[in-house]
Amino acid sequence: MTVNTEMRVRVTDVCAVADSIKRFTLARIDGEPLPVFAPGAHVVVSMDDNGRLRRNPYSLMSSPSNVSKYQISVLRVPNSRGGSAFLHEQVSVGDELTVSQPIDLFPIDNWGHRHLLIAGGVGITPFVPMMEVLNASGRQFELVYSVRSRTHGAYWEQLSATYGSRVRIAIDVEGDVVDYRSLLLNQPLGTHAYVCGPPAMIDHVLGTARVLGWSEENLHFERFLAPPPGVPFSAALRRSGLTVEVEEHQSLLEAIEAAGVDAPYLCRGGACGQCETAVLAADGELLHNDHYLTDDEQASGHKIMPCVSRFVGAGLTLDL
Amino acid sequence: MLVTGIKSRPVYAGLVLHEHAQRHLFVLEGEGALALLELVQPGDVALERAEIMYAPGGSAGEAHGASLSALGAHDCWQAPTVPTLVNRLRFVLSTATMGTRLYAAGTEPFLGVVTRNAADFGIKHSSISTEHRGSLKRRVQCVHCKGCTEDVTASPVQCTHCGVHLLVRDHYSRRYHAYQGVSINAEDPGVVPAPEELFA
Repeated sequence: MTVNTEMRVRVTDVCAVADSIKRFTLARIDGEPLPVFAPGAHVVVSMDDNGRLRRNPYSLMSSPSNVSKYQISVLRVPNSRGGSAFLHEQVSVGDELTVSQPIDLFPIDNWGHRHLLIAGGVGITPFVPMMEVLNASGRQFELVYSVRSRTHGAYWEQLSATYGSRVRIAIDVEGDVVDYRSLLLNQPLGTHAYVCGPPAMIDHVLGTARVLGWSEENLHFERFLAPPPGVPFSAALRRSGLTVEVEEHQSLLEAIEAAGVDAPYLCRGGACGQCETAVLAADGELLHNDHYLTDDEQASGHKIMPCVSRFVGAGLTLDL
Repeated sequence: MLVTGIKSRPVYAGLVLHEHAQRHLFVLEGEGALALLELVQPGDVALERAEIMYAPGGSAGEAHGASLSALGAHDCWQAPTVPTLVNRLRFVLSTATMGTRLYAAGTEPFLGVVTRNAADFGIKHSSISTEHRGSLKRRVQCVHCKGCTEDVTASPVQCTHCGVHLLVRDHYSRRYHAYQGVSINAEDPGVVPAPEELFA
């Protein structure tokens, strides 16, 4: 019962754009245009990694005005559980992949009079099409982009060249650290802030903005959590009459899918809420890793987000 | 007669102080003064960063203005009329920075005009803290001629622009900050039910 209609695509270009970051260009194998997308959207890429299905979300970073292709940028994560290492090592021009319809959980808020884009590392990707659209429609924006070093940062040179003084690059190893408090303190009323980057940076920026009195309506962020590994466990699916075994480096959702159960999902990163599943019985502890459920919902023990959350204990029964 | 259960009807949750705000802007009308007087005590630390704009409106006979003044806020200003207050509010918002939080209390037409004006500065209605105080009177837009009739307390009401007798619905437009009024006797001209005083 997924809301996705997946599409087969072929890799038409692979380009190393920075240390550990590769850009993949994808086009439909039937030559048709890809669906139109809004800046901030991502797709879920499905990969057959030596018999194991991997599904990872990646922000679209190509131009929304050219849907003959999609481009994604992939950071090779050390100790990757799959996905990014597979794309880096085993995917090359001519290979086929499957992508979902574009999903936008990080849109431009059209109430904004000014858009402050705050990126860290590979978190730059959703901002590339955002800036194109903001620029084309004559709206005010500024990008503050932190990178570890000149060679680790992707696209910063071309973004600086295109947008000039509206782009500020902070290079970590050169001692240029962004003072987010000063940045957020005197922004004009009607400014919206968008944050994408490492989890600690997102938390820091959001926390700083809240302490400075920013309203939640003006704060936007996107974080894709990789499903954390953990102790293997089993889960009974009441409606399907199945029991699935979840391995150390597998998410509960992946185990459910591997058993042939078509469970709902969208972001696969604990953010969107689509995969919310009722817990019918749990003799043990739910390990909530999402940032969708409220603290009360997590504490209630009646709900779980199978894309990122796990379980430790004697028995878990889900309404699936 | 009132058509209820319509989702567009605004909900005013009551004033809640945003503890982290760099600056508090309280815009108040009439009995709305009491919302702030019940929220804070003279000398509260939040008042050091607070500016009060007050239009007495229908409460001109009360001494609410003096009570607000006595709170000792950073600034307290009394406006002769709501349009004068809105003029000043717009100027203040045009130079304000993020961290400024807006609070509005008073009759519904006042909350509507404040919300509509704040939207011009990128303030989303849901980020304004609002409290309904005083009369339940409504501003009503005639869906037929588009004219707005102010201070409506009864339904049906005769449109002050085109004269059609209007059923006042709960269907609200934030953009026009008005409830929608539709002809009550389109199929039976000449027959007008007796008005009920619903929004006194």
